[in-house]
Amino acid sequence: MEIHDYEKLWLGLALLLIVGFIATVAYGAVGAGVAMVDDEGGTVDPNALDQHPKFSDPGVYESGDGEYDVYVIARQYMFQPGTQEPIEVPANSTVTFHVTSADVIHGFEVVGTNANTMAIPGEVATITVEVSSPGKYGLLCNEYCGGGHHGMEGTLRVVPRTEFNGTEVSG
Amino acid sequence: MSTFVDRYPDEARVVRATLVVSFAALGIGAFFGLIQALHRTGYLRIIDSTDYYTVLTGHGVLLALVFTIFFLLGLFTWAVTRSLERPMPNIRLTWAWFGLSTTGAVFAAVAIVAGLFPSLDMSADVLYTFYAPLQAHPLFYIGLAMFIVGTWIAGADWFLAYRSWRSDNPDERIPLQTFMVLTTMLMWYLSTIGVAVSVVVFLIPWSFGLIETVNPLLTRTLFWYFGHPVVYFWLMPAYLMWYTILPKLAGGRLFSDPLARVVFVLFLLLSTPVGIHHQYLDPGIAEGFKFIAMTNTMFLLLPSLLTAFTVVASMEHGARQRGGEGYLSWLGSLPWRDPAFTGMALAGLMFAAGGFSGMINAGMNINYLVHNTLWVPGHFHLTVGTAVALTMMAGSYWLVPQLTGRRLYSRPIALFQVVLWFIGMVFMSNGMHRAGLLGIPRRTAEPQYQSFDFSATIGSVTELRIQMAIGGTLLFVSVVLFLFNVLLSAIEDPIEMPVDDSLPAPLSGADGSPVVLDNLRLWTAIAIVLVILAYSLPLASIVSDGGLFGESGTFPVFIEAVYWIVGVVV
Repeated sequence: MEIHDYEKLWLGLALLLIVGFIATVAYGAVGAGVAMVDDEGGTVDPNALDQHPKFSDPGVYESGDGEYDVYVIARQYMFQPGTQEPIEVPANSTVTFHVTSADVIHGFEVVGTNANTMAIPGEVATITVEVSSPGKYGLLCNEYCGGGHHGMEGTLRVVPRTEFNGTEVSG
Repeated sequence: MSTFVDRYPDEARVVRATLVVSFAALGIGAFFGLIQALHRTGYLRIIDSTDYYTVLTGHGVLLALVFTIFFLLGLFTWAVTRSLERPMPNIRLTWAWFGLSTTGAVFAAVAIVAGLFPSLDMSADVLYTFYAPLQAHPLFYIGLAMFIVGTWIAGADWFLAYRSWRSDNPDERIPLQTFMVLTTMLMWYLSTIGVAVSVVVFLIPWSFGLIETVNPLLTRTLFWYFGHPVVYFWLMPAYLMWYTILPKLAGGRLFSDPLARVVFVLFLLLSTPVGIHHQYLDPGIAEGFKFIAMTNTMFLLLPSLLTAFTVVASMEHGARQRGGEGYLSWLGSLPWRDPAFTGMALAGLMFAAGGFSGMINAGMNINYLVHNTLWVPGHFHLTVGTAVALTMMAGSYWLVPQLTGRRLYSRPIALFQVVLWFIGMVFMSNGMHRAGLLGIPRRTAEPQYQSFDFSATIGSVTELRIQMAIGGTLLFVSVVLFLFNVLLSAIEDPIEMPVDDSLPAPLSGADGSPVVLDNLRLWTAIAIVLVILAYSLPLASIVSDGGLFGESGTFPVFIEAVYWIVGVVV
């Protein structure tokens, strides 16, 4: 087959670029520890969330020293907790969000960060984030979920450890 | 000398009919786009925000499916006829697929637009991605199914034409344009299986109430099984024009026929086993499957990078034939006054930019920053919205005269139109990409929220909104100019040779390439194996976790929910 020299050079550089991209993603996963949302969260019956040990009372649960689990239900058009009362977590901690949906497909995005996942009925998405200094973040649904989609928002508050009282925000 | 319409009058009639449907969809879809651009930036609000999603569905379906695919149906019919140098084997079959797909498209469009009229009790505001458990009227799903079956029959029509050519020419290489059509259609057959299963097995029975629930992750995965290859289905007609028409317009000829074949074979092999890259953020799919999709996606850059080389090299060759010299000053020798050339060249330039933002999307960890933000529509307005749409409009300035036997009404207006599209898209896609980096979501009527603001580090959110509104308006004006120009061209007086419709032979011809490239059975078999490798395990896992029909709640629940949100806001 007749391939021009410049074409061969271009082909080589293109392959190098592609392998380089794959290498950076692989490094991100293994070296930098960027974990993907995957099937680790397991499944749940979206019609029986009230019988689930945690989703029946969604909110913040302490799971270890400086480690917290946050259970969030997305439904048309609110986050529970998040919308009617903010999700509150202490500063300088490791927080794992467990997000599911009670009705249609939603998104769960902490604005201005890469904490971002889909909420699909029957599936539980888990994302773990390192929370540093106190502050207030917006939460929004970024997947179209019906005519009131644009009103679906919430708040995540990172509070100083001394002000944090886990039991208050649960539920 | 005679032009296409004189040699193949029956085929020219079908192609013109497909272009009429295509351009009608373009006009309506672009108008919906204008309404959206002004609504979500807040400059002009003539619809309710809940209707925004109906308009958005119309914009997506009419432009991304109807405009692009009907143009493809016409272009491919033209390409097969002219490159095999024989009429279609059975023109009734050709009209049959045209009728079926047009009826289907009209059904889907009616179901969508009816959503704007509450008294009709019909809606389909499920967006272009139409996945459950949001539910549309059955007419929407039935229309889409008819439309897809119409494209299948069109593919069969082209394969029959090829078969009859092959029996007369047993030892010749497949003509390049026909080769491109056939490989694209094989990719399409393979990838539409997913959406066909989703619509026929699950969504249609569900929308009629025959089954109560669907598995949202399963129907979503089946949609994306088709949802990325469809991107290449839009792109391949643009590639066909870049490879076979653009070099001639530039004043030269295609650089390499063999490499063009390699590129199309790579698209056949790699287009389908990548759809899971739209689901990087979906729970219920293991990281390993996402990694496989990511690797395939990255390798899918290869045919596009090879195309970038060939297109630029062919343009340079053309410029040098026209007397161009120097490292870069040959660019000045290109026929920039020819709207067909300039439109395609600008489309190619935009595609490079869109390719780079696509590389970001494909990187599965960086994707977290931009997933479901305005960055994504910013990206695909460069790829589908410019590389494909602008190439189709520019190509029409060269194609329509040979299909009608009449000259183009105005070349200056045409030139202005393609440049205006380019400028409009620079504004709009720049605004969208940057807004996405701030976390502003896509698919929303009201990007402002009650309890927080988005903050820009460079410029301001207001400036981005102005850019999007200006860009969207310029794009709409550009479409109006295009439609106006093509319409007036149809009432010009017929002339014998309205455009030079000959295509020169490539510099490196098909004879220089291995015969195995034309072995379509082999490539199809490999493509099927790759699809099975990428999809069998994830699909099995989704079904075993969530069941074939899922167990999600009662739908649709829009009405109550809308009242609920109104109650909260008021």
